[in-house]
Amino acid sequence: MSYQISDLCVSCHACMDVCPTKAIAQGESRFVIDSRACSHCDGDYAVSQCASICPVEGAILDQFGEVVNPPGSLTGIPPERIAALVAEGIL
Amino acid sequence: MDVFGPDQQNDAAGCTQVSCGSSKDHVDALPDSIRDRIKDHPCYSEEAHHHYARMHVAVAPACNIQCNYCNRKYDCANESRPGVVSEVLTPEQAVRKTLAVAASIPQMTVLGVAGPGDPLANPARTFETFRQLSEKAPDIKLCVSTNGLALPDCVEELAQYNVDHVTITINAVDPEIGAQIYPWIFWKNRRMRGVKAAKILLERQLRGLEMLIEKGILVKVNSVMIPGVNDAHLEEVSKVIRAKGAFLHNVMPLIAEAEHGTYYGVMGQRGPTQAELTTLQDACGDMNMMRHCRQCRADAVGLLGEDRGEDFTLAKIDGLEIDYQAAMKERAEVHAQIEADRTRKKERAADLKAQLQLQSGAGSARTLFTYNGLSVGQTSKDLSGLPADLRPVQMAVASQGQGLINQHFGHAKEFMIYEATPTGARLVGHRKTEQYCSGDTSCGDGETTLQKTIRMLSDCEAVLCSKIGFEPWDQLEAAGIAPNGEHAMEPIADAVMAVYRELYEGGALDAAATTRPISA
Ligand code: SF4
Ligand code: SF4
Ligand code: SF4
Repeated sequence: MSYQISDLCVSCHACMDVCPTKAIAQGESRFVIDSRACSHCDGDYAVSQCASICPVEGAILDQFGEVVNPPGSLTGIPPERIAALVAEGIL
Repeated sequence: MDVFGPDQQNDAAGCTQVSCGSSKDHVDALPDSIRDRIKDHPCYSEEAHHHYARMHVAVAPACNIQCNYCNRKYDCANESRPGVVSEVLTPEQAVRKTLAVAASIPQMTVLGVAGPGDPLANPARTFETFRQLSEKAPDIKLCVSTNGLALPDCVEELAQYNVDHVTITINAVDPEIGAQIYPWIFWKNRRMRGVKAAKILLERQLRGLEMLIEKGILVKVNSVMIPGVNDAHLEEVSKVIRAKGAFLHNVMPLIAEAEHGTYYGVMGQRGPTQAELTTLQDACGDMNMMRHCRQCRADAVGLLGEDRGEDFTLAKIDGLEIDYQAAMKERAEVHAQIEADRTRKKERAADLKAQLQLQSGAGSARTLFTYNGLSVGQTSKDLSGLPADLRPVQMAVASQGQGLINQHFGHAKEFMIYEATPTGARLVGHRKTEQYCSGDTSCGDGETTLQKTIRMLSDCEAVLCSKIGFEPWDQLEAAGIAPNGEHAMEPIADAVMAVYRELYEGGALDAAATTRPISA
């Protein structure tokens, strides 16, 4: 399995610009990783580049299908806070 | 409803007090060399913004840092109101759009690349846009806004094009404070956090600033004022950037609402009140402060205060044939005409000022207007009898220019915010509004827009306009804001002071200020 992009992607282009294997392209509603081209950045970088620049929690999944940047890890917003605002209809 | 074409808009907008009340443009305080370079820049020169148009194109959606006031779904909050999404263009589309706009709006002088994202974190797209434009429209000035992280690597290339203005957002010079604003940066191929990350970012910002100055590129600095985080620190920021050669400092209020989904919005961080913002701007007084920033949306098109973005969507510009050479020639002619007009208006204004001074009797005091560090005197009515310790009052004014109260409340696209004190009235800011009634039949959602306007003005105690309808009158009163249409066609400063005096005489200034809602 390669890295993957979920539908939380906001199409910011950042991952595409930093991917060493040019595996990422703009799709219809979000960016997509070409699984044949993705090398997990092995050999190029110690950490996967797309996961290290993506600003959206939950948008990048690693080769095991796990979310690399889980809720709260990038913004510092406690996930409960988001849940509460969603429940109130604010977010 | 757009009642003004570009030309009429020009005349109708005319000037506010600064150009009518005085023969001096506020940029007179700047050295000649800089003044000359910004005289036709609508964002930097309070006067030029009535004459010249600018536009922004969004070609740079990627970013290499995270700010706590930004939600990456939307535009870069460094430069625009959060929550407004602009159309991301390819460099080719951006060039086409710019040429189309510059051909249709000959007052156009400046093209900016700002958010969403950081232009210099997207060097290929940004520089391709600049390269093509500096070739095809060499008379258009280019400007760029950045968070500064990649700036030192880009200075050389920026200098190659027609870029002579760069805006850097610098919210702190102390990494401990920076770390509270930036949760992470992407640096040397990894995500970095904490004070170490902030230190790198802040050093790169200042290094980039120095390098730009060495190249002779003008640098403006934006700072977002975040109460309890960097508000007490921004005076220091102002000193540092001034010492390093920035020519203008724009302190912008944090805008954070829960529905924006930003860290600050969601965590309930409040923005500053107008009073806090004004106090800080005054404290940074040594630096040229930009007080007329309207925090335009990043893809605004046209003269400030008008947005013709809708007229130039990709679909609409598609079939447009553009003759570059002819358009450039027309621009040169229009710009020469504008300059001639400005000279004429300045002479007339000087004349008017002389007349005003003759009229004002001995007992009258001066009202100070401060623009970018320069105080401009305007005569105002008698100030005697006002106790010196009377508390200040904020008022909103609807005006189309000429320094007069000459706009219907419902027609105002923006309000000027004045502060009245026993020593006079002065302009402290502008607030944009959606018009609650555009005069046609589409008044369906009038209610909510009116309520938004009232909420936006909640820290004002009076609204001065030429006329106002029943409905808004009632609602303003209910919100504790006194509507006032009695000073139509009077000079703003005089009217503000007259209302201040009425409030004082009516006992309204005795009550503690804390009984009023403070939040804006
Ligand atoms: S893991 Fe590396 S190679 Fe794979 S898509 Fe992400 S950046 Fe490209
Ligand atoms: S960096 Fe994240 S949000 Fe941006 S395009 Fe890539 S996957 Fe989408
Ligand atoms: S620099 Fe702009 S786009 Fe990047 S995170 Fe900050 S506000 Fe958002």
